[in-house]
Amino acid sequence: MFGASRSIKAVDNVSFTLQPGETLGIAGESGSGKSSVARALVQLTRPTGGTVSLGGAPVTNLKGQRLKRFRRRMQMVYQDPYDSLDPRMSVSDAIGEALSVRGLPKTEHAAQVAQLLERVKLPATIAQRHPNQLSGGQRQRVSIARALAVNPEIIICDEAVAALDVSIRAQVLNLLKDIQHDTGVGYLFISHDLSTLRFMADHVAIMYVGRIVEYGTSEEVFSNPQHPYTRALIAAVPSVTRRGERRLKLSGEPPDPGNPPSGCPFHPRCPEAVETCRTERPELLTIGDAQKVACHVVQWGREKTPKTEVTA
Amino acid sequence: MINLPENELTVAFSASETTVLSQPNFWRRAGRSLLHDPVALCSFAFILLLTVVAVFAPLIAPYDPLRQFSNGLSFVGAPVAPNGHFLLGTDASGRDVLSRLIFGARVSLLVGVVATGLASLIGVVIGTVAGYVGGVTESILMRFTDMVLSFPILLFCVALIAVTGPSTRNVVLVIAFAYWTYLARVVRGQVLSIKEREFVNAARTLGVGHIKIIRKHIIPHLIPTIIVYGTLGVATSILIEASLSFLGIGVPLPQASWGEMISEGQQYFQSAPWLLVAPGVALILTVLAFNLAGDWLTDLLDPAVQEMGS
Repeated sequence: MFGASRSIKAVDNVSFTLQPGETLGIAGESGSGKSSVARALVQLTRPTGGTVSLGGAPVTNLKGQRLKRFRRRMQMVYQDPYDSLDPRMSVSDAIGEALSVRGLPKTEHAAQVAQLLERVKLPATIAQRHPNQLSGGQRQRVSIARALAVNPEIIICDEAVAALDVSIRAQVLNLLKDIQHDTGVGYLFISHDLSTLRFMADHVAIMYVGRIVEYGTSEEVFSNPQHPYTRALIAAVPSVTRRGERRLKLSGEPPDPGNPPSGCPFHPRCPEAVETCRTERPELLTIGDAQKVACHVVQWGREKTPKTEVTA
Repeated sequence: MINLPENELTVAFSASETTVLSQPNFWRRAGRSLLHDPVALCSFAFILLLTVVAVFAPLIAPYDPLRQFSNGLSFVGAPVAPNGHFLLGTDASGRDVLSRLIFGARVSLLVGVVATGLASLIGVVIGTVAGYVGGVTESILMRFTDMVLSFPILLFCVALIAVTGPSTRNVVLVIAFAYWTYLARVVRGQVLSIKEREFVNAARTLGVGHIKIIRKHIIPHLIPTIIVYGTLGVATSILIEASLSFLGIGVPLPQASWGEMISEGQQYFQSAPWLLVAPGVALILTVLAFNLAGDWLTDLLDPAVQEMGS
């Protein structure tokens, strides 16, 4: 009658910091817990443990008015531009709702809406339209305008450009960069598309089954990937210059987050796995400057690792 | 990895302008669909006619529905068959059947519309709260709904009327109390899916309050469902009212009501069939019209189509 639901530990032990005006990219396959991180940050779902701090003050487990005040500081642009705007609300109503939250009197809405639309490079005439009269790119710009309406410090972009076609995607990414340059907003950019992240992010975290496996500056991670998973992901990006090169291929499926493998969760698919990987979970440790990797083989040094075959 | 030409923004800006979809106006679409559907058109025409007749009953009815005519009974005291004077004949008390039918339409529509309105209000409130709040609140509300739903509706009404006593007001209340459950269940199901949509999440992350989210983002999406269930509910309510009146516990005598007329007519069915046929046909046509209109609205307001036309 009062059924209990099974809970899955979708995200475990993920920690990162985001500086003002900086972009942190999170990458990973579907099911790696990227979106769960985003939803926990904006407190659509409550994390069972851990803390989120904004400007030095903890913002986890807020309630009532304090939660509402916090929410304005961290906004989110959603993946699906066809679902993130209420089909029954015009553009000016959707943005106006955000302005009301900020406490702006109704009389000033029109001017603000026009200003925000200009900010996202949409014509002011669009204000009276409904979402079904807009293209995907336009909708996503409206979403961005709505997020900007409450002057947030951080905007989480959860696959915000994944649903857009490539030319529109580039425009929206450029727009986001411009906005960051002007307002100093920080982005948490979640994407499965590495080229998008390389373009956008200052730091990158690679996630696998709810954990960060590699972290570092965009430059470090993309030009000198260490974790076998990161290497496989980067190798999977189609490239014109590396044509004909032998690629590192990943076999198998990402594991069920409800029942992750023992030891390193990546070991069943890892080409470099050794015996220890099956039993001991690697910690995320710093190697080099700021780069962090959770991999036994990398931490020991690839040459020194005993070459024992894993019998999986 | 991504190379962007300098003038990218201006170029694709005009491109995105041309992708704007033109949408047909909702009412125009409704009108066009109605014209292509003669069944629905007839249904709405009949409902309109019925409404006009009910509202202007005193002007339209040829006689007072309660008046017992001295020439309304034959020499042996039997009802008079339809003739030039009494278009649908008279009943066993010498009253004009057509006039009673017209005033009966008033009762049917009044009970149908008011009871359904009340039921919708209760159903939407309970369904929305249950679906949105969830948890224990939802369990309690929905188990209560299931409990009310599990009573046989007519028996339930009979029992309630037996306690409250027959009156038009009580009939309305009883029907409303029996019918809200259907809407509550459907509304809860819809709210469960609407509240998971991204625009609701977006409103929550903006810090919009729960009441405002329900009012501005959830209720508007329920309106098609409410309209469809409301239309079907009117038909059901009219039937329940007729059933109660047929059993003698509906609208109190001597007020004319279709159920009561059928009840009386069946006693004289062999000698005076018009007493049964007239209210019977009126009831069938009315219920049919509301049901067909409801079906048409279901198609018109189908959520998939709806999103395009709102």
